[in-house]
Amino acid sequence: MIAAFLAFAWRSAVEPIEPPAASGFDRSLIRHGAELAALGDCSACHTAREGRVFAGGRPIGTPFGTIYSTNITPDPSTGIGRWSQVAFTRAMREGVDRNGRHLYPAFPYDHFTLISDADIKALYAYLMTRQPIQAPAHANELPFPLNVRPLLAGWKLLFFREGRYRADSGHDSTWNRGAYLAAGLAHCGACHTPRNRLGAEKDNRLFGGGDSENWHAYAINTESQSPVPWDASALQFYLRNGWHALHGVARGPMAPVVENLAGVPETDLVAIAAYVVSVMGNPTPARLQRAAGLTATASRNTAGSSPQSALANDVGATIYAAACASCHESGQPLPFGGINLALSIDVSGEEPTNLIHVVLDGLPATGEVQIPIMPGFASTLSDRQLLALLTYLRARFAGKPLWNDVGKSIGDAR
Amino acid sequence: MTALLPNDTASAHISRRAVLQGAGALIVSFTISPAASSQDKGRAKAAGTAVKLAGSLTNTPYLDAWIRIDADGSVTAFTGKAELGQGIKTALLQITAEELEVPLDHLTLITADTALTANEGYTAGSHSMQDSGTALRNAAAQAREILIGVAASRMNVPAAQLKAASGVVIAPSGARLSYGELVSPTLLHVQAQPVSKLKDPASFRVMNRSQPRIDIPGKVTGGSVYVQDMRLPGMLHARVVRPPSYGAQLAAVDSAAVERMPGVMSIVRDGNFLAVVAEREYQAIKAMRSLAAGSKWQEQSTLPKQAELAATLSGLPSQEFRIFEKPESSPPDAAATALEATYTRPYVAHASIGPSCAVAQLRDETLTVWTHTQGVYPDRQAIAEMLSLPPDRVHCIHVQGSGCYGHNGADDAAGDAALIASKMPGRPIRVQWMREQEFAWEPFGPAMVAKARASLDSSGRIADWEYGVWSNTHSMRPGPAGALLAGQHMALALPPPAPKPLPQPEGGGDRNAIPLYALPHAKVVHHFIPSMPLRVSALRSLGGYMNVFSIESFMDELALAAETDPVAFRLKHLDDPRAREVVTVAADRFGWSGRQKGGSGRGCGFGFARYKNLAAYCAIAMQLAVEHETGRIRVERIAAAVDTGQAVNPDGIRNQIEGGILQSMSWTLYEAVSFDDTRILCVDWSTYPILRFGSVPNSLDVHIVERPGQPFLGCGEASQGPASAALANAVADATGKRLRDLPLTAARLKAAIGV
Amino acid sequence: MMELKVNGRVHSVDAAPDTPLLYVLRDDLQLNAAKYGCGLGQCGACTVIVDGEAVFSCVIPILLLQGKEITTVEGLGSIDQPGPMQRAFIEEQAAQCGYCIPGMMMRAQALLQKNPLVSDEEIRRTLEQNLCRCGTHMRILRAVRRAVQLMQVATPART
Repeated sequence: MIAAFLAFAWRSAVEPIEPPAASGFDRSLIRHGAELAALGDCSACHTAREGRVFAGGRPIGTPFGTIYSTNITPDPSTGIGRWSQVAFTRAMREGVDRNGRHLYPAFPYDHFTLISDADIKALYAYLMTRQPIQAPAHANELPFPLNVRPLLAGWKLLFFREGRYRADSGHDSTWNRGAYLAAGLAHCGACHTPRNRLGAEKDNRLFGGGDSENWHAYAINTESQSPVPWDASALQFYLRNGWHALHGVARGPMAPVVENLAGVPETDLVAIAAYVVSVMGNPTPARLQRAAGLTATASRNTAGSSPQSALANDVGATIYAAACASCHESGQPLPFGGINLALSIDVSGEEPTNLIHVVLDGLPATGEVQIPIMPGFASTLSDRQLLALLTYLRARFAGKPLWNDVGKSIGDAR
Repeated sequence: MTALLPNDTASAHISRRAVLQGAGALIVSFTISPAASSQDKGRAKAAGTAVKLAGSLTNTPYLDAWIRIDADGSVTAFTGKAELGQGIKTALLQITAEELEVPLDHLTLITADTALTANEGYTAGSHSMQDSGTALRNAAAQAREILIGVAASRMNVPAAQLKAASGVVIAPSGARLSYGELVSPTLLHVQAQPVSKLKDPASFRVMNRSQPRIDIPGKVTGGSVYVQDMRLPGMLHARVVRPPSYGAQLAAVDSAAVERMPGVMSIVRDGNFLAVVAEREYQAIKAMRSLAAGSKWQEQSTLPKQAELAATLSGLPSQEFRIFEKPESSPPDAAATALEATYTRPYVAHASIGPSCAVAQLRDETLTVWTHTQGVYPDRQAIAEMLSLPPDRVHCIHVQGSGCYGHNGADDAAGDAALIASKMPGRPIRVQWMREQEFAWEPFGPAMVAKARASLDSSGRIADWEYGVWSNTHSMRPGPAGALLAGQHMALALPPPAPKPLPQPEGGGDRNAIPLYALPHAKVVHHFIPSMPLRVSALRSLGGYMNVFSIESFMDELALAAETDPVAFRLKHLDDPRAREVVTVAADRFGWSGRQKGGSGRGCGFGFARYKNLAAYCAIAMQLAVEHETGRIRVERIAAAVDTGQAVNPDGIRNQIEGGILQSMSWTLYEAVSFDDTRILCVDWSTYPILRFGSVPNSLDVHIVERPGQPFLGCGEASQGPASAALANAVADATGKRLRDLPLTAARLKAAIGV
Repeated sequence: MMELKVNGRVHSVDAAPDTPLLYVLRDDLQLNAAKYGCGLGQCGACTVIVDGEAVFSCVIPILLLQGKEITTVEGLGSIDQPGPMQRAFIEEQAAQCGYCIPGMMMRAQALLQKNPLVSDEEIRRTLEQNLCRCGTHMRILRAVRRAVQLMQVATPART
């Protein structure tokens, strides 16, 4: 039985090659590959904090343990320099490395399998023409038996379907382009679709909201709780710029996604936006009506400064007025001013994770680019005070009851 | 009152009268000749005297304007310059202690104060050591000789046999007379002589020794150091509601609710000037926010398109000044290689960490203003004019603030405090700007465009050089009341003064536009643009930063064309031996000749200039790495060499050079003021990012080339230009891409590198 | 009246509960070290330590600070008896205008209290939250490194 499984799980190595010369690749193919790598957000996972781009080593926290991303520069000894196009394609589509080892699905080959031959070829050309960087892989930190790679064959048998994207003739080419990118290379569902206990995306809950590195990726299907429903032009703007006046600023793992998207062709963003918005479906009239009110309020929030909210007896209200309102009611526009919290998905969303995260840890300054900065309150807000604040924010700005089990979420975040 | 300020800023609570009446004091009042506020206007002429005296003695020749000795032997030095964080107080004390032969810790220093000190104009242009340091050095030396002369007659010993040390004159017999015993009331009320008996540098015991700065202990222990820290009895806190944009008119203001807010004492409105005064600081802030929300302004769209800034600027009407022309040599040979390049820089903010602050009080018909201005006398003139007061009813006292780096909001804050205090007699009024006000209203360092063209002869030497620089003025400082925001915004609506180009040899937009290199054939033109779309004024090093960036970038472009090493190429065109030495020393200290070859994302660059072609010489070599995928630049190591003439406080010099380099890295890599057609958009550190610790180099070594006995050369602005060029040249070395538009952002570099 | 424990002493403060700590430190307790820089928690000039953690005092209302231990630069030593962090900054001459320095010192102090064996990389990363405009960074890094040594001398490791 075991022998049979091992035989099933066994994959052959692909012959190593001499690292190909960069000059052997077509320039326009490389440029196309660069756009595709940006769409795929490759650098976000394959770059360690303060490390060299694509040299790997970034820890990826999963419910099962920590996996370290690998070096995908063409370094012959520590990167993919000896990978042929065949080996690269197999890894992308089947989740097997050049040596024949199964890859953990933290590398989203369940999405990449949809990518076309032409695009995989361009990605290969792009990656093989990067600067080779010597950076040995960091060993994963997974408990037994999860560290036994052949077992991944079983996981694949249960959850993985190899195969290219098949166009849906019921939709136009823009929608299909969007679906191809969102489901494949851009692997939106890797974060935005909930996963089962074995870490596979739930097929029946596409874009129903998932988790990523201690952040929640909000539902972007019909369950979306966005105070103002997304439309295609807003989403396109958001993907291009990383923020939208009625939706706020991309933070957490979405921040590098939109940073990368800044360099991709507009037509691809149009396509992704069209597809995702169609998955979100048409909002109800009640939602639209509430949104119209919010939009009107937000557009009045203009010049200079506005008064802070009056102090109330409520502890949460007092904390809001004292600590939050000075930025969130300053009238300073997005993306650098604080958002009107009535527009914030963090307050209205299905999970409190991100709100708690942002209140506690803030949005620290990093680097020297224009970026929203927010101070964190972890060391000054007690659990009780934080709970009071969340209760107040949820009631005042979302008109909703507090989330279930917020205490646990606070505990987890601490 | 002593709790108010630490001892070293004692000027705030000593009146001239008190000084004059000091126990056993011997000085009498001195005459300060009329305003010779000079720095940015070039050297002032000696006032009414045919003899050229040393440094600021020219304008303030009486020794007792600089040095006072009390009967108890205590010594006070006076300077019209201000401590801006550059460490000038310590250096001036070192000079005085050295030449006067007194222990440094027996000395007190009084800085810029219109009632107490000489008018030395602005503390700017890296002039303090040349002006005030030179004056104090000569005054102290002459005072020492006067004291020795008195001792000689009292002891009946030839002066030549007497020696001064530690505040005592000593005879060969061992007989001693202390300075306190030797002074008499008018002893130092004499005009300085043209020649002083200065000490031989070999005998220095205080100068040219690194002296811990006297201001640092207070700054790191919570001392009351800054104007922001002042707390006068009965003091009220004011905040100004600034217009949302240049030229906005206050159409309506609803102040009724604000007047009822806790602690609110007064709402001041004078034309477009709107402010609120409250008992407590945070009450004032809350009231200001309410008042702002209740104010309606009519705004005008007056700003150019940011993306087209360079074209807009060079398209504005300009006045041409041919500041350098050297036509005598034969024209370049026909085989010459010709190069041409255009460089641009955006508006850059001073971006002081502490928003501007001032305290003012109108009492007994005198308005006292405590301010971090760079020029107490010009500020006094502006405030007096704004309030229609005689200048002698306005007393401006310098108190330290957050670093200003030129003309930031400090003078405007003083104007704000003065205007509010004039309407609330008796109460001291403290005004501090909010962060967004500092960014939106400070006068920026002007945006500039420079065009260079040169040809090389067949031996790889520059045969012909043409350079033009387009710029606004670099000084809109007070003096005139219209230079103050309060003056512009009040109902009187005082017009800003007409902008003027600052003349050569120091220059403004054309500062350092004339290369120090030996060029057979050269022409340099300053295109002065009077029209100012954004509010501008002096930012540290003025046009020097941009001109050195452009010239030194272009030198590397020429060196590349000549296939010559950049350092060798510079030396090939440098005759000045001191220039050659700093270049050579910086290159040696860096290991230039053995450096790693550029390319593959790592490179080295070099930059050199003599600030203003008159002050310190500075050469900088830099190594950096470029992340190919992002264009992000990481500076790894820097070596600098500097020649400041006679060094006074070597560690102070190093601190200034290091600071200049890091500040220049920040300007060069990251900074640009952003705006739309109406408003300034960068209003905080989110929108105006500056250098953070993650980007600080691993090492930065500053080597001082010693020049014992040579005149002091200011160094506070010597390193900014060379650092920017070294950076751009290292980027070109690393990537093969030449960036000519500042700032050299990762996005721009990535775009240049391509995939 | 609110009670605040600052540098080991309890103070009764007559300020509105929404007042940010910074203004109470400066205006009520007359402590100079914490500075107003931005009021937005972006520059770090106002940094103080609350229960061992470095915080931006300009955005923390005093109502959140009941029963907490607040430390400012004044709590690290005095001009006559400077503490290790202060001595380190004096010895390295790590200031120009000095306005940002107290905030730097407090953030570094919190770091070293938690981890006396801190790496240079961690020092840099921690100080990312604080801005200096004079370009004193090299000296600040050296001063924090020196403070590590001075603190080890001041409190020898227990065996």
